[in-house]
Amino acid sequence: MLETTRQITQAEAIREALEQAMDEDERVILIGEGVPDPKGVFGTTSGLQERFGTARVFDMPLAENGMTGICIGAAISGLRPVMVHQRIDFTLLCMDQLINNAAKWRYMFAGQVNVPLVIRVIVGRGWGQGPQHAQSLQALFAHVPGLKVVMPSSGYDAKGMLLAAIRDDNPVIFIEHRWLHGITDEVPTLPYTVALNKAMLRRPGKDATVVAFSFMVIETLLVAKALVDLGIDLEVIDARAVRPLDMTTIIESVQRTGVLIVADTAWKTGGIAGEVVAAVAEAAFNSLRQPPLRIALPDLPAPTSHHLSKDYYPDALHLARAIVSHLNVAVADIELVNRLHRSTPHDVPQREFCGPF
Amino acid sequence: MNKALSTSRIKSLYRVMLRIRRVEESIAERYAAQEMRCPVHLSIGQEAIAAGVCAALTQQDGVFSGHRAHAHYLAKGGDLTAMLAEIYGKAEGCCKGIGGSMHMIDLAAGFLGAVPIVGATVPLAVGAAWAARLRGENKVITVFLGDGTFEEGVVYESINFAVLHRLPVLFVCENNLYACYTRLSTRQPERPIHGVAAACGCNVMLADGNDALAVYDVASRAVADLRSGNQPVFLECATYRWREHCGPNNDDDLGYRPAAEVAKWQAFCPINQLATLLNARPEGQDFITHSEQEISKEINDAFTAALAGSIPQQADLPGYLYA
Repeated sequence: MLETTRQITQAEAIREALEQAMDEDERVILIGEGVPDPKGVFGTTSGLQERFGTARVFDMPLAENGMTGICIGAAISGLRPVMVHQRIDFTLLCMDQLINNAAKWRYMFAGQVNVPLVIRVIVGRGWGQGPQHAQSLQALFAHVPGLKVVMPSSGYDAKGMLLAAIRDDNPVIFIEHRWLHGITDEVPTLPYTVALNKAMLRRPGKDATVVAFSFMVIETLLVAKALVDLGIDLEVIDARAVRPLDMTTIIESVQRTGVLIVADTAWKTGGIAGEVVAAVAEAAFNSLRQPPLRIALPDLPAPTSHHLSKDYYPDALHLARAIVSHLNVAVADIELVNRLHRSTPHDVPQREFCGPF
Repeated sequence: MNKALSTSRIKSLYRVMLRIRRVEESIAERYAAQEMRCPVHLSIGQEAIAAGVCAALTQQDGVFSGHRAHAHYLAKGGDLTAMLAEIYGKAEGCCKGIGGSMHMIDLAAGFLGAVPIVGATVPLAVGAAWAARLRGENKVITVFLGDGTFEEGVVYESINFAVLHRLPVLFVCENNLYACYTRLSTRQPERPIHGVAAACGCNVMLADGNDALAVYDVASRAVADLRSGNQPVFLECATYRWREHCGPNNDDDLGYRPAAEVAKWQAFCPINQLATLLNARPEGQDFITHSEQEISKEINDAFTAALAGSIPQQADLPGYLYA
């Protein structure tokens, strides 16, 4: 059978995954602040309460920690809750329940009880999201045994990994990026899953391995495309999984290219990029022809003013300059500017995006 | 109360409490051997609430608790040998040695879990009740919490959702006046805890926490209410912890609570109160003697079995982490 696919946005792909998961399993319930409201969490939950009713699709009190515990209680009692936070920053209010209970309930009771729970969270960026609406906290979650953590970049993966996460019997932190929601991708209409523990080679190349996370995959692919006719051939790996990291795929690539560059959406210190570097150094130190490079956010919370955020996020041009310099290749900067200068405003994902968040 | 029924009820509550008391005393006696290498929070003095509430529940009803969970676990029907084996760190323990005294579970008995982060199981109880409602199961979920737990924000969040959705949750607040060494009046303003729960929309009930019959009567009413779809119930029971917060000993030499206060509460021993009632009835003394003998044998056997348990294997740990 020829499977039908079509171009849809990542927000639509996520919504479709939720709809199909709820269709196939009546134990799946959906809850979050704004889930049934007119905006439907950036369109990712629109129409689901109308379709599945008020006994399966819920708005919730502004009680993130308590509601996380309530969802854990439901998960250990036969339901499969999907909880949504419009910003990952809000999960800092539920770290007790996530780390002390969700991550450990199965382990501390020696495997007697599973916690089939999905926490959907969204990393904000641009349009003045500022210090408390634009954090990228994957490393916090990835530190905790018992959680699974994923950050898909493509719409195809977003749908397949969300379906896999909902079918999984473990707590999964499903990290979306606000700037990925509007990007279209070829997505099958039928349900399918994508593994929660596998990276993906997005582009083969011989000069350097760039491991990218979430939105940085988009930027890195732009860079790779621009650099190829300047004589630099990048291999781009979409990490997809943060816990567990797919080090097999990454190490195989580094063994081919001899160079490791990691592009993360988060701060550098204590970030997942450092974990990738450490794991490669432990397992394949002798494959490295030169020191690794981490491209990440400066160790500062995101500033709000668009004047200040301009240089805060490493965009494709920043990335290309850092990579060219690291590889010590003679390329005139104007060549990079000509190919990668962003003509749209720096603080929105697409020109048509006009806020508010 | 029907007198015949009352005698059998007194006997069963007495026996449950006596068993808890003797188990806890046995743990305390053997603790110095340093083979129970984990914190223990003993329930001595607080047996009536566990016994009274759990007697009002069915096996299908679920119970959650916190760090001081032995009484709740035993009253709900949790396996004694598995509990002791857990405290000894044996593979036959209810958590195969991963949890110790502060992590109790016996799913077959409907004891759904106890963990020592204060307040951590309160939302889980609400979630379990929510799942029961959504799945059409006629279950009541009980969570035992202390006066200290009531200071945690997550309790307010949990009560709010339970009341909002009229979930079948019985919140049982065991108010023993102290959080570790800190008196209630140092931690909370002068107003009743149950008053806050009432303001949140709970159906509030009160019982003398050292009177197992009173607790049973009120809890039975609460459970009947919950089964008929009424508001969540917040049952506050005053009681008193006899031993130290954590460990096998008395700690009244530390002077954090007045000697007269300790003496007053010990005079209201929940077990002695029912023994007095039993002694006034035919064969009451025989029942007490028999109970002591049976319980003593059961506990000795359980300790022997627990101590003879096997050593848990490090290699099994990773398998518990993910399904």
